[in-house]
Amino acid sequence: MELPQLHLALVGTPNSGKTSLFNALTGSRQKVANYPGVTVERKEGFFVTPLGRQVSVVDLPGTYSLRGRSPDEEITRDFVLGKASGETAPDLILCVADSTNLRLTIRLLLELKRTGRPMVLVLNMFDIASRRGITVDVERLANELGVPVVTSIAVRKGGTADLLALTDEISAKLAAEPGENNWRVLSVAELRATQREADRIIADCVSLPSRPDTWTARIDAIVLHPVGGLIVLAAILFVMFQAVFAWAQPLMELLNSGFDSLGEFVHATLPAGLLQSFLQNGVISGVGSVIVFLPQIIIIFLFILLLEDFGYMARAAFLMDRIMGGAGLHGRAFIPLLSSFACAIPGIMATRVIDNKRDRLTTILIAPLMTCSARIPVYTLIISAFIPAKDVWGFINLQGLVMFGLYAAGIISALAVSFLIKFFMLRDYAPAPFMLELPDYKMPRLKSIAIGVYTRAKMFLHRAGTTIFSMMVLIWFLASFPQPPVGATEPAIDFSLAAIIGKALAPLLAPVGFNWQIAVALIPGMAAREVAVAALGTVYAIEGGKEAAEQIGQVLATKWSLATALSMLAWYIFAPQCASTLAVIRRETGSWTWMAVTFAYMLVLAYAASLLTYNVAVAFGAG
Amino acid sequence: MTDIHDTRPHMPLGLAQRGYTGVIQHLSAKDAGSALSDIELESRLIELGFVEGARVEVLHEGLVGRDPIAVRVDSITIAVRRREAMAIIVA
Ligand SMILES: Nc1nc2c(ncn2[C@@H]2O[C@H](COP(=O)(O)OP(=O)(O)OP(=O)(O)O)[C@@H](O)[C@H]2O)c(=O)[nH]1
Ligand SMILES: [Mg+2]
Repeated sequence: MELPQLHLALVGTPNSGKTSLFNALTGSRQKVANYPGVTVERKEGFFVTPLGRQVSVVDLPGTYSLRGRSPDEEITRDFVLGKASGETAPDLILCVADSTNLRLTIRLLLELKRTGRPMVLVLNMFDIASRRGITVDVERLANELGVPVVTSIAVRKGGTADLLALTDEISAKLAAEPGENNWRVLSVAELRATQREADRIIADCVSLPSRPDTWTARIDAIVLHPVGGLIVLAAILFVMFQAVFAWAQPLMELLNSGFDSLGEFVHATLPAGLLQSFLQNGVISGVGSVIVFLPQIIIIFLFILLLEDFGYMARAAFLMDRIMGGAGLHGRAFIPLLSSFACAIPGIMATRVIDNKRDRLTTILIAPLMTCSARIPVYTLIISAFIPAKDVWGFINLQGLVMFGLYAAGIISALAVSFLIKFFMLRDYAPAPFMLELPDYKMPRLKSIAIGVYTRAKMFLHRAGTTIFSMMVLIWFLASFPQPPVGATEPAIDFSLAAIIGKALAPLLAPVGFNWQIAVALIPGMAAREVAVAALGTVYAIEGGKEAAEQIGQVLATKWSLATALSMLAWYIFAPQCASTLAVIRRETGSWTWMAVTFAYMLVLAYAASLLTYNVAVAFGAG
Repeated sequence: MTDIHDTRPHMPLGLAQRGYTGVIQHLSAKDAGSALSDIELESRLIELGFVEGARVEVLHEGLVGRDPIAVRVDSITIAVRRREAMAIIVA
């Protein structure tokens, strides 16, 4: 590809549609959602203008000013000022505004002008503004501001045509030398003066019928009601976890029987031997036992994406602010923690929007306690094997209820850990302010939801095909070699490396009721939590020998006591088994210590919780 | 507070109840007792549009201690805690 001739940067207040614009221009699929603070990283993309100019464009985190209050805002500041390592300042800044809400962006634009960089004001979301009867005198606005102004609708096909044309026009006459950079942190008086100036310009150029979004007002009357709002929030979470269980079941059974017949087919067609065992026990029982959970993963992501696109996340943060504050958490921590239900990694990255260092660290430390989607396979497997699928009170699925309980246990322990951190480590803690824009609701867009779900499903399958598959090969190898000596009477697996390793670890785990098969499954589980399920699938399949066509759930139901199963569930609420999460914690905190602290505290909690669960269960006769 | 006249007394937004509407008179960060420094708090409030002359309306309150509050500031809605809202003097 030719070198880009023009470097653009997307700057603007949070939630103004920068990433949507980035996606529209470059055809990328970066994450878009209806709450402030979605983008926390710098992302570069490329496109070609109608006149054939090569352009690079950088999407940046949203910000209200160039002061850089939090890690995400610093990224934007450094990039705009050309301070980012190995980067020069952009040739042209596209200042992206939400047209329904120009005050803050125009103020930001006046501040950005001081950097001396050429700039364009993009009036995005112009469709919504038109619908509300907002009219903008674009020409006059351009004159007043001294920068070109263009309207855009980032989410509509062809909605960026004007911007593309303008880019060509401007780049042809872009001065070789940008203006002088006079930017420095604005004093309070200067800030106030720029906001006044912005308000004056808006009064001159924009006519605002005082017609606020009535839908948003109506929905908020319920959703932000002090009591009703919390009930709605609890109901949403409850339905989400019920759905994960109830709706996914038929599809999962379909997948399950598909893999079973595949396994039987392999068993029947291939001669008995290593290849047959590898395919049937290693690949199909192992990887298959994880892929079966695809429907559940899709459902949980569907829920989270819908809530994000609709605009509910910021409301949830509002409702939870004081409640989480009691546990020493910042209201802004709610969105990262809720994203951690999908996966702790984006959740931990999303903590960049939290400006206070301690608040951010606390949130990072507890994010892995949120039940991520990789735990779903473990939970589901054990729950369906041990908890009867009956209804309680006529309408609540008992298995779904247990699932909900496990999620609740994760949340409660996260709050408890946070409370302890606040109590012991941050004695002089003063609550950092919570200030968050509550955006208007938007109808979730089918296409972006579909793309979101598709991307996650692909990631999940990709993992199943790479990490999980390679772990399975390892487990199969360990469980199959060395082969038993001729004439041995014990099961073949007893001679394998897996048994040797597992039995060496078993004494450590015996107090919590884990047998050697679990011990050996926990090790590859370090790569990814769901591998533990796959590993159990393989180990028991090899151990079972010929009649291994049985499903892993049924095998567990006969091999484990209820106490062991419950203990395993308790273990997984805390289990620190995810190498990638630990790596992200190290990167985001910049310290090995905090990574080690996370690992250690979670391991201790896991062991303690399992120990307690197991012994209580045994005492109640479930041993 | 139910007095709707222009001459009504100044008060911090942090004490306003749901349904209150008014106009910002000035900012007074030092009275807020926020964890932020005065300058930082004032800057942030201005950056979110809380400047003199802006119309505000308290739309929603949280459950615990009626905190935080969701405030309509001209064309946007901002959630803030009452502690920080104490710095916003309205009438
Ligand atoms: N109707 C309409 N919706 C838009 C338009 N542009 C963006 N949106 C929606 O606005 C919301 C915010 O879009 P994003 O692209 O995530 O905004 P952003 O500026 O990148 O936000 P941050 O990364 O948080 O700073 C999403 O729900 C988008 O679907 C537009 O032109 N018209
Ligand atoms: Mg973005």
